Amino acid sequence: MTQQTQHLSARTLKRHGAAISRRDVMIGAVGLSFAITLGQGRAAAAVLAAERSGKALSPWVSISADGTITIMSPATEMGQGSMTSLPLIIAEELDADWSKVAVVPAPPIDAIYGNPGFGGMMYTAGSNAVTSYFVPLRTFGAQVRRVLIENAAKKLGVPAGELTTEPSVVVHAKSGRRLGYGEIAAFAEIPEKAPEIKPEQLKKRADFRLIGHDVIRVELPSKINGSAKYSIDQQVPGMIYGAVVRAPVEGSAPDKIGDAKTKAVPGVIGVVKLPYGVGVLAETAWAAFAGRQALDITWTREGQAWGFDSDKGMERFAAAARDPKSAATAWGKAGDVKAEMPKAASVMEAEYRCDYAYHAQMEPLNATASVTGDAAEIWCGTQSQTMAVEAVGKALGIPREKVKLHDTLLGGGFGRRGHRDEEFIIDAVLLAKEAKRPVKMMWTREDDVHNGRHRPISAHYIKAGLDGSGKLLAWHHRVAGDRVTPYMDPVRYEERGKKDFILMLGTDIKGYDVPHQLIEQIYEDSGVRTSPLRGIGFTANKFATESFMDEIARKHEVDPVKFRLALMGSSPRAKRVVERAAEMADWGRKRDGRALGFAYIDYSGSQVAGIAEVSLDRSSGDIKVHDFWCAIDCGIAVQPDNVAAQTESSIVYGLGMALTERITIRDGAVEQSNFYDYRVPRMSDVPLMHIEVIQTDNHPTGAGQMATPLVAPAISSAVAALTGARLRHTPFTPERVLKALA
Amino acid sequence: MAIEFTVNGKAASSDAPPATPLLWVIREELKLTGTKYGCGTGLCGACMVHIDGKRAFSCQTQVSEVAGKAITTIEGLSETSSHPLQKAWLAEQVPQCGYCQSGQIMSAADLLKQNPKPTRAQIVEHMSANICRCGTYQRIVRAVERAAQEA
Repeated sequence: MTQQTQHLSARTLKRHGAAISRRDVMIGAVGLSFAITLGQGRAAAAVLAAERSGKALSPWVSISADGTITIMSPATEMGQGSMTSLPLIIAEELDADWSKVAVVPAPPIDAIYGNPGFGGMMYTAGSNAVTSYFVPLRTFGAQVRRVLIENAAKKLGVPAGELTTEPSVVVHAKSGRRLGYGEIAAFAEIPEKAPEIKPEQLKKRADFRLIGHDVIRVELPSKINGSAKYSIDQQVPGMIYGAVVRAPVEGSAPDKIGDAKTKAVPGVIGVVKLPYGVGVLAETAWAAFAGRQALDITWTREGQAWGFDSDKGMERFAAAARDPKSAATAWGKAGDVKAEMPKAASVMEAEYRCDYAYHAQMEPLNATASVTGDAAEIWCGTQSQTMAVEAVGKALGIPREKVKLHDTLLGGGFGRRGHRDEEFIIDAVLLAKEAKRPVKMMWTREDDVHNGRHRPISAHYIKAGLDGSGKLLAWHHRVAGDRVTPYMDPVRYEERGKKDFILMLGTDIKGYDVPHQLIEQIYEDSGVRTSPLRGIGFTANKFATESFMDEIARKHEVDPVKFRLALMGSSPRAKRVVERAAEMADWGRKRDGRALGFAYIDYSGSQVAGIAEVSLDRSSGDIKVHDFWCAIDCGIAVQPDNVAAQTESSIVYGLGMALTERITIRDGAVEQSNFYDYRVPRMSDVPLMHIEVIQTDNHPTGAGQMATPLVAPAISSAVAALTGARLRHTPFTPERVLKALA
Repeated sequence: MAIEFTVNGKAASSDAPPATPLLWVIREELKLTGTKYGCGTGLCGACMVHIDGKRAFSCQTQVSEVAGKAITTIEGLSETSSHPLQKAWLAEQVPQCGYCQSGQIMSAADLLKQNPKPTRAQIVEHMSANICRCGTYQRIVRAVERAAQEA
């Protein structure tokens, strides 16, 4: 089975896989050295390099005699643009002619391609690809450039110091001689050891030709004519189709399987009992779905979530958050809140709540698999190549090296495709094993909702102490939320000292000078399937903290922007985005029948400030967001227009979380099914968005989800400015709005 | 008995049971995978095609309903990605994950056919049939406006 993964531009397609010729230069030694700088064991890297030496491919870059430069992309592409940005960083220091660059997905070899930000796993999440790979990739590009220069120097008989580069050309200015990278590649000798590149030898920002200058994303042309290939588009010779019904509650199993009607569906091949559900194999996709619909299954009552109702759960969590006697573990601490809070001149407290929410990536989860003997081949869209091959190896009891991965473009990820168990791939693998034929397994949209792993519910209690002048001195935030990290990734949970960072990140109030802070987690485990979801804990936690900042300011009759700026003495970058967003929105100007609400976040170093302009239908409770202004400083913006696009995207995502998106659980099971009862934003819901990307010299930080958590607190505060009523529970459904107004 | 129709100007036929949604015939029989499955209920528009020149949810159309009809999919909108909308989509850097974009472009093409110079409000109304979870809506509006201007 040799079907190629089709990924990118026409150029890439030509270059992908076996098409690269033996004349292509191999820069293995350089890549090997780079792998070691990523912190992997020398021995492991050497073994991998040796395994690869027989192939005409180098770890990161190969250059063919015709000048084509092939660069590996270690991150998966789900619309965020990493498949362009990361190779572009290599190309910058390599001084490559970008029009000659072809990008191909890197194979799952952690020692070479692993993300330094995730302990060397190949994992695309947390808006962290550019942040973590930035320096290593620049260094590697510079090393390859140096090797090309040294080879050119030898050929021309001139000192290397007299040579410079222009895009894809080494130039000897004195004699006017020029050698193209492709020409050099034809005779280049690769040194045993990669040349050393010191940080000060990397380009200055002013010399960048690619970083900071927008290019067309490499895969974009394939996304306007239907040629882009996603997991669901795979066609493997001899393949049949599979559908799966998973248990409504994790840990439950099929008890009785009524499959007579299923087996009567024309085209159905068989029914497969799985440890956690029931699969249907069929000749066609539609027969698989029809057979799936016809199953009649009763489930064992094993599994923890049976009996859990999210509304009652929320009440219980809220009571735990506000009860000082609840067992809590400290997440973050500064100064001494317990000693200082009682000394405060005035104290305020408030509660906030956030519901379960669903990723709703447009491509329902699916995978294609083929299992033969002790080996497997999988076609899927995953956020982690590492987890995909490991999970499949584990499920089949074979080493991960026996799992051949064809990773495809993702029809949306948003955190859903980065769980350690990659369960949707396992569905395909188990069916393929049973069928002894390749199987394309697809979930229906309803499956995707019912099997959803959701943003957790959380209840927040916050107390603040102020001095006599109204200055914020002490801050105490207690979160009772459904656990995420131990469920989605037990391995990382252990590695990170049993910290539920997916739930708790964003509880900090970075950017604000508040001397005494205590953040606590009250651990809750409903048994409901949970997940990181775009914005992770920031979305819920910043809804609480930024809404509360606004409440404090209003209570003390201080302008909410001025109140924040007064706390930002140590954070000039924070101040700048706050001031810029206020200018953009003309913050001081009163609007007729509308009001503005503000929010600021330091999201893993990226500085974002946003303002919503809102009106409200007091009879229906409907909120309308008319405009949204956002200033973002994520340091060096590798692709500025893409940063703006990601900011627009994350605002729209935040709008859904704020206004309409709500998953409820009854007796352990998800109640919603499809887009009619899980409403995501449509074009008519979306405000005019005004984005400013502030370019600074700081190390690049993330851009893929930073504005999502701005939206709910900005809307809540706008509604407070308009009506005096505070919305404390996302989503702000019309019923909740009417209740708050009453 | 095979159901006969045309797809992108070429004769096509299907032996699928008559109630099979056109979507699955296009994708898995005819291997034109640019048309996407999103919800199966006519709520998201990822499956949008043109039937006899008008937009239609292929997931809500039984294959028996298209006997003798002309279907256009994203692959048939132009030979070389040269439709004004496709050019505008690139110029405005619209797609992110891209999964919904075939359906978006097919919806927009239907709009411009009926109404070559739509107002912003008309664009929003028409295009609200399609969901983009990446939230590229603002760029879609710009791209439709650009295509209308440049066409």
